[in-house]
Amino acid sequence: MYTEKVMDHFTNPRNVGEIADANGIGEVGNAKCGDIMRIYLKVDDKDIIQDVKFKTFGCGAAIATSSMVTEMVKGKSLTEALEISNQAVAEALGGLPPVKMHCSNLAADALHEAIKDYMEKKGK
Amino acid sequence: MKRIYFDHSATTPVDREAAALALEYMTDKFGNASSIHSFGRESRKAVDAAREQVAALLGATPNEIFFTSGGTEGDNLAIKGVAFANRKKGNHIITSAIEHHAILHTCEYLEKQGYEVTYLPVDEYGMVRIEDLKKAITDKTILISIMFANNEVGTLQPVKEIGRIAREKGIYFHTDAVQAAGNYPIDVNELNIDLLTLSGHKFHAPKGIGALYIRRGVKVDEIQHGGGHERNMRAGTENVPGIAGLGKAAEIAKRDMEKKTARLRSMRDRIIREITEKIPHIKLNGHPTERMPGNVNFSFLYVEGESLLLNLDLKGIAASSGSACTSGSLDPSHVLLAMGMTHEVAHGSLRVTLGRDNTDEDVDYFLEVLPEIISRLRAMSPLFGAGGTARAGNPCSECQAHSH
Ligand SMILES: Cc1ncc(COP(=O)(O)O)c(C=O)c1O
Repeated sequence: MYTEKVMDHFTNPRNVGEIADANGIGEVGNAKCGDIMRIYLKVDDKDIIQDVKFKTFGCGAAIATSSMVTEMVKGKSLTEALEISNQAVAEALGGLPPVKMHCSNLAADALHEAIKDYMEKKGK
Repeated sequence: MKRIYFDHSATTPVDREAAALALEYMTDKFGNASSIHSFGRESRKAVDAAREQVAALLGATPNEIFFTSGGTEGDNLAIKGVAFANRKKGNHIITSAIEHHAILHTCEYLEKQGYEVTYLPVDEYGMVRIEDLKKAITDKTILISIMFANNEVGTLQPVKEIGRIAREKGIYFHTDAVQAAGNYPIDVNELNIDLLTLSGHKFHAPKGIGALYIRRGVKVDEIQHGGGHERNMRAGTENVPGIAGLGKAAEIAKRDMEKKTARLRSMRDRIIREITEKIPHIKLNGHPTERMPGNVNFSFLYVEGESLLLNLDLKGIAASSGSACTSGSLDPSHVLLAMGMTHEVAHGSLRVTLGRDNTDEDVDYFLEVLPEIISRLRAMSPLFGAGGTARAGNPCSECQAHSH
């Protein structure tokens, strides 16, 4: 059902956890749906993502996409990060089963929420 | 890697004796049971023998047993067959909210044909309340169909009492015993059952074979038309290998019933006891005592079922879950929701169903790896531990695909 890449990120998720002094936090999904993703960002003065971590409640795809998106944005600028779509995350994982494309593929949305949160806090 | 099969409610391995017999009736003894010649007679004999074995399993007589392609067909035949044959008497059917889709979707179809269906609710343990049943009966009620044991949470329904009430009111009582038949003692006379569906692959017979018990005198229309097989009740050349295998599996199930249920019960109770001791924030789903001997079903809060199953699978353990993610739909199991569980809790359910080949060592291993998997997933869960942030940007709340 899942690609090797999905299983790799599911079994060894990268960047799990929280950032105590995060300056951007985003969350999407809800427990009713069975998926919640929360992304923590540490963004520096030059708008570069220095650190990123996630916490996810959800199925294999939810965990793998969360892990993948953190890998994709670490060290990137916010402008670059905003260009990453859910579709791109799924593609980076070698694709997801069609039923998972909807609910469990929200990691980029969570990232964008975190960036929005950062911008709002900065008053940008 | 060692593989442990804990999903016997999904299906079971075919018993070797039953498989050998089925093979014999595919290769050497391949005759059409309707043929006059010796090849045909040989097959007919096997079908007759199996009918006796299946009847014996249920305390029925052989002419009350009709072979079908399995549980789904048996359920369809029972519900539609009774509904069509008794249309003049009434158009009301009573069933429950926790039935298998083979029952629920058949009832929904009949609603479109002008029948009325009452779906009884269940209590928090997944049991139908007799009071609700009594209140639902009208003078138009022709059939009560309540499952014997639920396939997800294993709750045993008050079948005998339901049968008694149905009998008293002159209403037919069908029970979907796909999970219970061959795995739990059943006597159709003692339990006042008029129709009963069973499926071979749940008790070590091949897939695609089953039977419907129809008490003598019960009026049922055939729903599949063709030749006069199964005394005009089910047209189609008999699946002799499947039928022979089913008969053998029924014989073995009857022979080993007491021993097997006692063993499964003790393994089940040990799993329930140790999970309760070892893992916090859990909920046992289903009835504490009135449950199938091999069924364990827990919800692990803050954990999602599919990721739990995948982790167990990586350790070689095969189980199942009522999580939406494992059903291919977006909603978790209708059974868990009908029991009053929230979506959140239903998503974290794990079903372990034991079978005759499971050992105490299997249970040891499972109990060893499970707590570690649960803690790992909880450590990753935003719902666990420190409180969550505001639920911003929730795409699910706008989603048309969800009907919560
Ligand atoms: C309670 C119940 N009814 C009916 C069925 C359908 O049986 P079959 O797979 O033989 O069609 C199942 C199988 O999962 C079941 O558990």
